[in-house]
Amino acid sequence: MASQIVSAFGAVIAGVFACALYYWLSDKLLQIVLPVRSGDVQRISANLKTHAAIRPWLFLGPALLLMIVYLVYPVIATFILSFYDRSGGNFVGLANYWWAATDAQFRQSIFNNILWLAVVPAACTFFGLVIAVLTDRIWWGNIAKSLIFMPMAISFVGASVIWKFIYEYRGADGTQIGLLNAIVQFFGGDPQVWIAMPIWNNFFLMVILIWIQTGFAMVILSAALRGIPEETIEAAVIDGANGWQIFWKIMVPQIWGTIAVVWTTITILVLKVFDIVLTMTNGQWNTMVLANLMFDWMFRGGGDSGRSAVIALVIMAAVTPIMIWNIRQASEDRGGH
Amino acid sequence: MTAAITLRRIGLPRLIVHLSVLVICILWLIPTIGILVTSLREPGQIASSGWWTAFSGAAETSAARLGEPSTARQDGPNYVISGSVFDAADSGPKGSVRAFGTKVAAPTEFAAGEAADLGDGETLTVNEDGTYIYSKNAPFTDKRGKRVYLSVAQPPSFTLNNYRTVLTSQGIGQAFINSLTVAIPATIIPILISAFAAYALSWMHFPGRAIIIAVVVGLIVVPLQMSLIPLLKMYNEIGAFFGIASRSYVGIWLAHAAFGMPLAIYLLRNYIAGLPKEVIESARVDGASDFEIFVRIVLPLSFPALASFSIFQFLWTWNDLLVAMVFLGTGKDQLVLTGALNALLGSMGGKWEILTASAFITIIVPIIVFFALQRYLVRGLLAGSVKGG
Repeated sequence: MASQIVSAFGAVIAGVFACALYYWLSDKLLQIVLPVRSGDVQRISANLKTHAAIRPWLFLGPALLLMIVYLVYPVIATFILSFYDRSGGNFVGLANYWWAATDAQFRQSIFNNILWLAVVPAACTFFGLVIAVLTDRIWWGNIAKSLIFMPMAISFVGASVIWKFIYEYRGADGTQIGLLNAIVQFFGGDPQVWIAMPIWNNFFLMVILIWIQTGFAMVILSAALRGIPEETIEAAVIDGANGWQIFWKIMVPQIWGTIAVVWTTITILVLKVFDIVLTMTNGQWNTMVLANLMFDWMFRGGGDSGRSAVIALVIMAAVTPIMIWNIRQASEDRGGH
Repeated sequence: MTAAITLRRIGLPRLIVHLSVLVICILWLIPTIGILVTSLREPGQIASSGWWTAFSGAAETSAARLGEPSTARQDGPNYVISGSVFDAADSGPKGSVRAFGTKVAAPTEFAAGEAADLGDGETLTVNEDGTYIYSKNAPFTDKRGKRVYLSVAQPPSFTLNNYRTVLTSQGIGQAFINSLTVAIPATIIPILISAFAAYALSWMHFPGRAIIIAVVVGLIVVPLQMSLIPLLKMYNEIGAFFGIASRSYVGIWLAHAAFGMPLAIYLLRNYIAGLPKEVIESARVDGASDFEIFVRIVLPLSFPALASFSIFQFLWTWNDLLVAMVFLGTGKDQLVLTGALNALLGSMGGKWEILTASAFITIIVPIIVFFALQRYLVRGLLAGSVKGG
């Protein structure tokens, strides 16, 4: 154990050192091969120009390499693999796509993903907005925000254990140690196995993600609310608008852009939801979602790269509109010099 | 004065706002408090009562045998056996008796202190402190002492034993080290790489810059799922070619570094591009090379952005399950905390003393990081709220 700590520590130092060494050495090499400190003026000026042309690529090199190997190439490879069989060796045309179109579990996953997409981003944004408005109006608002934001630091697996304990079921006659069943019993209801109730169990899993992500929505929306110009509110007050009208007709329209950012960010997260379903139900009781189905096919019976590639591509297709929108936004307000 | 303050003057009554925020906070905290409290309780108590009763003590059912008939003494027409239910050799844990009964199915038939009429002229009273009076209007004929069942209130008790158990015998200690081994290099390595790239993309001129920026922004949202299959194949081939393990720490560090790279470059570029132009221009005029400008000026000035990104990356690598399962494996000595916790959920389902203690160990490090560095986390979120994880 101690040796592992030492080797981890060593890896950090070696990694950082190697990185630093690369940038330092490549810069030194450039200086030696194309000197700019001495020599005739024309030569220096020519060398300086070459420096300016080469340096950006030296700086960008490692980052580009990593992104190409780990992101760009795999996207293309996954696309190609979706036309091949389980081992990736034989071309099968559209067979994997046909499988997806006719597979019941795949349809179930799509249906569940749509349910998640319909509920989670809306719930997080709504609760986040309400809590942001409420906490902005009290003196201990920052403490409250901190507490609501805190689940964001908790892993999905940790959160799943936390909520599995809340949903715990101990037989119809046993003492209920799960909070939800204890409350139900207190009000005279019958305890239920919450995570095994088809359709509804999806919502019990969604609660976990809402619990985690509402804080994120709240933080972003709270900052946007503070940026609303005072005059617009004052004008509405003078015109006799009440608090409700001011909120819906003056404040919300002015933060539309931010609401869209929050909504899309959570949408992307929802499309990739994996850990929660894996740890809560592992896709049983009709809770399967795309990311879990894909993981399942990656390893099921030795793995089927063709079918899991198709599932990955479906997730990719769903995020593509958001991706294009992001790129548009980023190129509109591009900084830089 | 902000808009929110104006709204405060005209909005709902203040008290309702205070109360609703309080309720929301409690609602949000209760799940976490539940596992914290549970992880500190005795396994027997966890299984027999809800964690919310932990502070008021739990009622446990136990059995005891009253004194033998030979110890009976005559009191007028009655024969009386007396003593304490806690004196018996086989008695359960001591505490205060809440209720008792003579049938195992009904240990709470009679309240403590109540004189229970057992028929046949027998009466039994068990007091809260455990003393009892068992009397009959005729001699006792049973050979052995009567069996009674008790509901005994236990004083609240807390223990750290669950933590000791999971750290030593459930592999959580090892997993904790593994998590650190994954998360720390996977946080530090991408910082330098992305900072150099961000500088190039904001202060250097070269053809294709705009396209690279657009690609980086696009890559932020590419789902991890797209990368898994080809990378798994690639790792296996590299492992087979060099005759080394295909799943290694170096492999997962590079994977995490690469997956975090687009967001890192985006966040850092936003910040570095906003640095004052005069500082960098004047350094250029003084003959400093881009390398020197970056190391001496840009890197120190970018500290807040670097801190924001490192917190993101640390939380993301520490809390990750998918990348670790695919690139590090699920063997016992390779499991990170999230993987170990997931495995325990399968093998220890229902053993909440193990699960809650393990879960708390898993979440405590990110929670400390969160509360200590919340300021930077919020700043990072506001600067680049486009990544989904």
